[in-house]
Amino acid sequence: MSAVEKEVAAGRGSARAVAIASSLGRFLVIAITTYLGLLAVTFFIGRVIPIDPVLAVLGDRAPANVVERTRREMGLDLPLVEQFYIYVKNALSGNFGVSVLTTNPVMTDIRRALPATTELATLGTLIGALFGVPLGVLAAVRRGSLIDQIVRVIGLIGYSVPIFWLGLLGLVLFYAKLQWVAFPARLDIVYEYTFTPITGFYLLDSAMQGQWDVFYDAFRHIILPASLLGYFSLAYISRMTRSFMLNELSQEYIVAARAKGLSETRIIWGHALRNAAVPMVTVIALSYAGLLEGSVLTETVFSWPGIGLYITNSLQNADMNAVLGGTIVIGSVFIAINLLSDLLYRVLDPRTKVR
Amino acid sequence: MTASDARPISRRDWLLSERPASRMQARLGRAYVAWRRFSANRLAFLGLLIIIALLVIAALAGVLAPYSPTFGDLKNARLLAPSAEHWFGTDDLGRDILSRILYGSRWTLYVVILVAIIAAPIGLLVGTVAGYAGGWTDAILMRITDIFLAFPKLILALAFVAALGPGIENAVLAIAITSWPPYARIARAETLTVRNSDYIKAVQLMGASPFRIVLRHIMPLCISSLIVRVTLDMAGIILTAAGLGFLGLGAQPPLPEWGTMIASGRRFVLDQWWVAGAPGFAILIVSLGFNLLGDGLRDALDPRSGDQ
Repeated sequence: MSAVEKEVAAGRGSARAVAIASSLGRFLVIAITTYLGLLAVTFFIGRVIPIDPVLAVLGDRAPANVVERTRREMGLDLPLVEQFYIYVKNALSGNFGVSVLTTNPVMTDIRRALPATTELATLGTLIGALFGVPLGVLAAVRRGSLIDQIVRVIGLIGYSVPIFWLGLLGLVLFYAKLQWVAFPARLDIVYEYTFTPITGFYLLDSAMQGQWDVFYDAFRHIILPASLLGYFSLAYISRMTRSFMLNELSQEYIVAARAKGLSETRIIWGHALRNAAVPMVTVIALSYAGLLEGSVLTETVFSWPGIGLYITNSLQNADMNAVLGGTIVIGSVFIAINLLSDLLYRVLDPRTKVR
Repeated sequence: MTASDARPISRRDWLLSERPASRMQARLGRAYVAWRRFSANRLAFLGLLIIIALLVIAALAGVLAPYSPTFGDLKNARLLAPSAEHWFGTDDLGRDILSRILYGSRWTLYVVILVAIIAAPIGLLVGTVAGYAGGWTDAILMRITDIFLAFPKLILALAFVAALGPGIENAVLAIAITSWPPYARIARAETLTVRNSDYIKAVQLMGASPFRIVLRHIMPLCISSLIVRVTLDMAGIILTAAGLGFLGLGAQPPLPEWGTMIASGRRFVLDQWWVAGAPGFAILIVSLGFNLLGDGLRDALDPRSGDQ
């Protein structure tokens, strides 16, 4: 390598470092402003809209001096900006106040509920990706065929059906009529007391402890809600896979691969899908985030003790601390997945790298 | 008239003329082309029929419904299975479910139209102003848009309704607050493609104020892509509203809103599945109609994005 080439290479390297640093800086700015935005919105919902939070705690018959003292204790006499500062500080340290309903700190409740939601959404996404990707590929390869039509109809219905309604019908059919799955809960009551979870993911915990009867029971409880969520992510994933694959299959390198005499299987699964894989990662991540959010309705139908059910139960009891805490946690995970998938896309796609 | 008097021109030729003689003719011609493309798509046509049926049913619910939607025969008609007298059966208060569904179409339309009327203009305004102004205005407005875009919509709508109090108006407000960002994105993208074009320069030279340019010369161009997007979002809006109703946060009980009806049928779903079954089916059909219509409109108005 000549001196000039070295210099160019070094220049390229430092230019690349600057580019990475600036895009990382941009990413941080976006992440921070988005989180602040989320906190600002929940702050606005919790402090500005409803009736006086002091009266909500004390009731409207409290004497004036007590109201005044409580107001000061709650920090509500401070200027709004300062209140927001305290709010952000508390939220960042995971302090969302105490739930009126369970009398636990909201964070304790959420920590207990989060694994249930994660387990469900993870299994749902797995099912969705496992079936959705091949279906989308098939639909793209045999464009206009029967399978393409079927995939299209599956997708359209997935976009149009109310998830909670499908869940209810699923319960009628698979639990009440066919008895294939267990009643809405996470485990049979017998196991609720004998089984001690480690991670909170029951399938994983029971398998690790070798308690296969518990594993089977947990599976019978989770399979229906997970399949339901899986169907929704399948609808989205298969539709996007189809459109990515159509895009790839019309590229010239596919023609080149055919001219080289590669087998069709190799071309589709080895070449086209590999190039479609980069945007697929984003799609799957987004569908995962969507399932976390959709858990509010599914968990209500299936009495699944996750964050969604926690939020809805708290809603019905006007427990705003819990509602907003749950909103912030799900919102944060949602935002994090959104941002990370965006970042991952940049890292994985060679075209977005600076040359 | 001139040369064209020589031979009579068909209506089709007039519509497809390369040299429209009036603004009216050009517009009709464009609409004709779009309609041809749209009606060639059978599924999109089905979607249009579903939506027209929904409008007719909502308008004529009073005539079509065989029974009252709010008063039932508590003594003789509780939880009857579907029959010739009650096509979809009756609910726990002896009310005819078919009648309730027919009346419920009004509430679905109410929600969908109100959300569109609130959210689309907000998005349009934010997007066009950001796109036309550029610079800091653009950066700040788009950052706010992106922040809202990154939020989980349903959860945020839940939190809003929790604070505002349950009710169909608050549900509409909450859904509208969470659904304007995509419209702002689209309006901005459209604005960016036209803001440096010659006709905008010409209008600027004539001394039009930025306000007038955005309102009269940019916004109209964003409308068609916005309509497509709003139509495609309708299904999502219906599902969110139904979800809020199901959680007891949207429309409140005696109101025959479909999501609320599913919620009240939930208690008997294992034995009397039709109480929750029928309204859910109505939601499915209407959302499907909006999805098919939206897909068709997108293909008709913007053939480039055809197969996505």
